[in-house]
Amino acid sequence: MAYTQDQIVSQMDAEPGRGGNMVLNLGPQHPSTHGVLRVKVELDGEQVVRSEPVIGYLHTGIEKTFEDLMYQQGCMLAPRADYVSPIINNLCWVLGVEKLLGIEVPKRTQYIRVLFAELSRIASHLVWLGTSAMDMGAMSPFFYTMQQRELILDLNEMAAGYRMNPSYFRVGGLLQDLPPGFPEKLYAFLDGFPHWLAEYHELLDRNPIWIERLQHTARISLEQALDYGWTGPLIRALGVPLDLRKTHPYSSYEDFDFDVPTETEGDVYARYKVRMREMEESLKIVRQAMDNMPDGPWRVADEKIYPPEKTEIRQSMEALIYHFKLFSEGFMVPPGDVFSAVEGPKGVLGCYVVSEGSSRPYRVHIRGPSFYNLQALPAMIKGGMLADIVAAIGSLDIVLGEVDR
Amino acid sequence: MNELLDALRETFGEKVAVAQRIGQTVLTLPKDDIVDVVRFLKEHGFSILLDITGVDHLERDPRFDVVYHLYHLQLHDLVRLVVQVGGEEPELPSVTQLFSAANWAEREIYDLFGVTFSGHPDLRRIMMPDDWIGHPLRKDYPLTGLGPLPPLVRE
Repeated sequence: MAYTQDQIVSQMDAEPGRGGNMVLNLGPQHPSTHGVLRVKVELDGEQVVRSEPVIGYLHTGIEKTFEDLMYQQGCMLAPRADYVSPIINNLCWVLGVEKLLGIEVPKRTQYIRVLFAELSRIASHLVWLGTSAMDMGAMSPFFYTMQQRELILDLNEMAAGYRMNPSYFRVGGLLQDLPPGFPEKLYAFLDGFPHWLAEYHELLDRNPIWIERLQHTARISLEQALDYGWTGPLIRALGVPLDLRKTHPYSSYEDFDFDVPTETEGDVYARYKVRMREMEESLKIVRQAMDNMPDGPWRVADEKIYPPEKTEIRQSMEALIYHFKLFSEGFMVPPGDVFSAVEGPKGVLGCYVVSEGSSRPYRVHIRGPSFYNLQALPAMIKGGMLADIVAAIGSLDIVLGEVDR
Repeated sequence: MNELLDALRETFGEKVAVAQRIGQTVLTLPKDDIVDVVRFLKEHGFSILLDITGVDHLERDPRFDVVYHLYHLQLHDLVRLVVQVGGEEPELPSVTQLFSAANWAEREIYDLFGVTFSGHPDLRRIMMPDDWIGHPLRKDYPLTGLGPLPPLVRE
């Protein structure tokens, strides 16, 4: 049974439209809301007077579930927050736990992690590009972007067995080393992608509808953006070169040569330009990571944290004990708390982990950048046109999974 | 960063305890000073409120931690503020007048932990339905829920 019309109206009219204004309920089931976001909009004609995003439709209690899982099992859960760039959530979680444990993974692991994190950033930006172009009425970019994203998902599948939520990174290492044949497949993607990136530019850059709808749309001042806690491409489109990969290099990002693209206009078009150039930079990083991939172990040697090889278990009593302990009880993490922050495709992705010394986290909180970015939506669309709401939501690049968690 | 912490000590004296935990600066302070300390940090360049969250220490008195993370755009440094609240009806002042970002974050803590923020402009549930009973992230709230799910349609 669905809500009746009266029930919908009674939910919406906490403050009914004044002076003949119309109250419109956008979402939660609407293709342009990129998930299950609901926006209550008060309209004067076609102009937005007031609006309020309503969230919580995708609240799945991820943070509560974390408290019941062992640390290594958390690697499966963390990617499910931002399911468009799962592997960066995975990275944020393992870095947090590794900080609490006080261990550092070998250089090869760090490079592989960077490689996959940047592939994931490209995949996330491709989803944003395809969907937000579709919101503006351009259908073709969606097909072209999804086609290239498939190739990245193929690489995920090759390394981890999963396409969507690979959970490839584990505390203390990876699921496995890069499989044979991986470099060839990666280079094939790296060689082909610039052509497609140029194609996306070709499709959109000189398109008058695209430019007209995006320029000067949904602009807010830098002061407001900081007030709302904006990070990532959104704040870089306002001229602030905040990028944790540069300011707090984690996982060997200091070894890589890349730029942080910024724009100053701060409108939807500036966000488009920033993200497009970020894909180029990510491509550079992936190539450098593969070219300079160090040899050596891909996991920590400590078998109390990362389980021993299966072949070893059959020969060594100790290995068997470690294996049994790790899968029945897990490893203990010293008491403490840590805020691990990485640069996600949407902004600063944080993971606050509290340990009380057991094998399960006492409390885990995920700072989803979309949660904070989305709060600014009413300020972005105030006084604008109804159709600009769609452009604004598209440019925020929200993922409701990490908004509602 | 050190100069800033010295200035902080000068202004607030004993009330704010400064510590380093795993390379991160942690300030522990009484709940009544939270607005003043956040204002001080904002005036000294901590211009992004990254995150607010809660932790429920069931056995401890006061029971809850409210944890703030602020980011300094010039020094590129992170600071964590920890405030303890407890009692039957845990309450602390809201920082929404300093950072709009706090609005939803404080609503989330109110919703999931039952900690109220005085001076918040719009303190309602945000994740759970409006008529939900209980606060799911509290440690005494079972993982399986408090009973049957409420009906999908309200009468």
